[in-house]
Amino acid sequence: MSVVTPLKTAAEQALSAQFAAAKAELPGALPVRKLREDAFAGFEVKGLPHRRLETWRYTDLRSLLREARPLAATATVTDGVRARLAALALDGVRLVLVDGVFVPELSTLEGLPEGLAVHSLADALVSGREDIARVLSGPGVADADAGLMLNTALMRDGVFIEIAAGTELDAPVAIISLASGEDERAIFHRSVVLAGPSVKATIIEISESAGTAASQINGAIVFETGDESDVQHLRMVTRHAPETVQVQSLLATVGAQANFESFALVLNAGTLRQQYFVRYAGEHTNIGLRGVNLLGGSEHSDVTLVMDHEVPNGTSREMFKSIIGGEGTGVFQGKVIVRQHAQKTDGSMKSNALLLNDGASMFNKPELEIFADDVVCGHGATVAQIDGEQLFYLMARGLPRPQAEALVLQAFAGEAVEFVQDEALRALVMTEIEAWLSLREASSVVSAI
Amino acid sequence: MLEIRNLVVKIADEDKQILNGLNLTVNDGEVAAIMGPNGSGKSTLSYVIAGKEDYEVLDGEILLNGENVLEMEADARAAAGIFLAFQYPLEIPGVATMTFLKAAMNAQRKARGEAELLTPDFIKQVNAAADALSIDKAMLRRPLNVGFSGGEKKRMEILQMALLQPSMCILDETDSGLDIDALRIVAEGVNALRDKSRGFLVITHYQRLLDHIIPDTVHVMSKGRIVKTGGKELALELEKSGYAAYGEAA
Repeated sequence: MSVVTPLKTAAEQALSAQFAAAKAELPGALPVRKLREDAFAGFEVKGLPHRRLETWRYTDLRSLLREARPLAATATVTDGVRARLAALALDGVRLVLVDGVFVPELSTLEGLPEGLAVHSLADALVSGREDIARVLSGPGVADADAGLMLNTALMRDGVFIEIAAGTELDAPVAIISLASGEDERAIFHRSVVLAGPSVKATIIEISESAGTAASQINGAIVFETGDESDVQHLRMVTRHAPETVQVQSLLATVGAQANFESFALVLNAGTLRQQYFVRYAGEHTNIGLRGVNLLGGSEHSDVTLVMDHEVPNGTSREMFKSIIGGEGTGVFQGKVIVRQHAQKTDGSMKSNALLLNDGASMFNKPELEIFADDVVCGHGATVAQIDGEQLFYLMARGLPRPQAEALVLQAFAGEAVEFVQDEALRALVMTEIEAWLSLREASSVVSAI
Repeated sequence: MLEIRNLVVKIADEDKQILNGLNLTVNDGEVAAIMGPNGSGKSTLSYVIAGKEDYEVLDGEILLNGENVLEMEADARAAAGIFLAFQYPLEIPGVATMTFLKAAMNAQRKARGEAELLTPDFIKQVNAAADALSIDKAMLRRPLNVGFSGGEKKRMEILQMALLQPSMCILDETDSGLDIDALRIVAEGVNALRDKSRGFLVITHYQRLLDHIIPDTVHVMSKGRIVKTGGKELALELEKSGYAAYGEAA
């Protein structure tokens, strides 16, 4: 048998050099160092994910990352960062990462609600806790992903959140991850949320840039939630430079009779790959993954998810809405695995896209892998234009075309947004969407003149 | 006043010609009915007046108060005073009815150079119009037309007409899908808007609606043209004799 070793790209060679140079100073006790070494060895075999891999078919990271930017090792807290933090309308606990590094002085660490404990990931990695390898790794379906391997090898910092059994948090906990955007950097961060049984909590994750330089971002968040917990997750990826390349992984292991729902808003995010790896660890659990992608220019948004129904009586709901203009590209790859014993699984997966013009494109690839014989699973994927009949109806009532279009688009996105349970957060999401639509509306008025 | 002169229209993407030199005048204060068999071009006429894009006007003109509206987009025609009550009002999920009503009223006011409505005034107007049409307030909080019954949708069309105060109202098969009570409520709503400055074009397949909205004139449409014009008694005649005499089966 011959082994073919593919030629390494310049970026892959640079990453190898970076890991060799940084591994001694990257945080972690011995088991973590081994985890990093193993992950990087795995990455070196696979290389950067490319289009010949089915799971990365539409987002060729190998060609997108021509060069590997220098690793960000410290937080550059600029005036831009402070201004953005001041402008963010968010209540509750704020945990701030700048360039992937936790910044305690910008974060809420005093007077945390009872049952909530927060550390930096770096502290957790050196703490020597025995379960660190398990809590970092997440569901098995994520193990082979090279993007995640790179994150494991190079993760610098993040936040480590523990919520004690029975805790009900009134206000959300926000992980605000800002790239300073002063110069082009590579940012690797990971956060962990361990929620005990019967916990009720909302976790917000914000990824933005405070400057104009394009970053390379590889972020991950790991959820491990207990039986009868209800954890809501809201992610907003916005305000990035168009040349930003970003991978965001979400790993979740959800207990029995629990609820886990995630919603992601993506706009002005450059090139973004969001990947979800979700495992049902107990029966009678509901998991919902939803999101809205608003794309223009040459933006690219890839949502790839794997729902692993290992146990019976699980419910899964996925709904992603994409509005794509310019030369934008949307990707949805959804895989629902229903294993042989996972009877009575109830799954519904939807990806709907509206293309606003000729240059826009959408790739939809829903997959069901069902090995059980008593399940209800369905998927629907659509790609369409704005409904001309709806548009005419609104215009016949006097709404000018751009305003009528904005209303139809807002309604289209709103069908997913309505699943954001917290009213204030739902309003925050709608405000961002309306601002994006009104900019589009304004520019179409200008082009009409 | 609405004047249509020698209107020739085909479907944009097909060779099929629907209107073949249609002439029609509706004066201010007049209620004109158009009756005709299926396929005679009645709904096409209403869409072309309102500015739907799926059609190509090959010849003729449509004048509203002397101004040709054919170059205007649908929203400009609405602001100029044309209102089409749809045969099948569209469902717009995710858009609250109140939001839509306010956006429509303010868009028209803006186009006419008027100030935006203040919210209390807007709510007062909507409530009064809704009461007159027996529209439940809960309906106004729901997404526009979503899950509304046929009768509710038609009442919502008349509510919009009452709020927007158009000068030329076109009702496309407004009686379709209505039971007798809903028909009466809708007809009363229309009759309340009858005014010497406002014209109505009532398109219908059946005489029934015209028992409730008494027309001043009745036009018979066949094969894309007006082939006969008379008074309200013409509708009764048609009910008995059918459309066969006008070259088409009913």
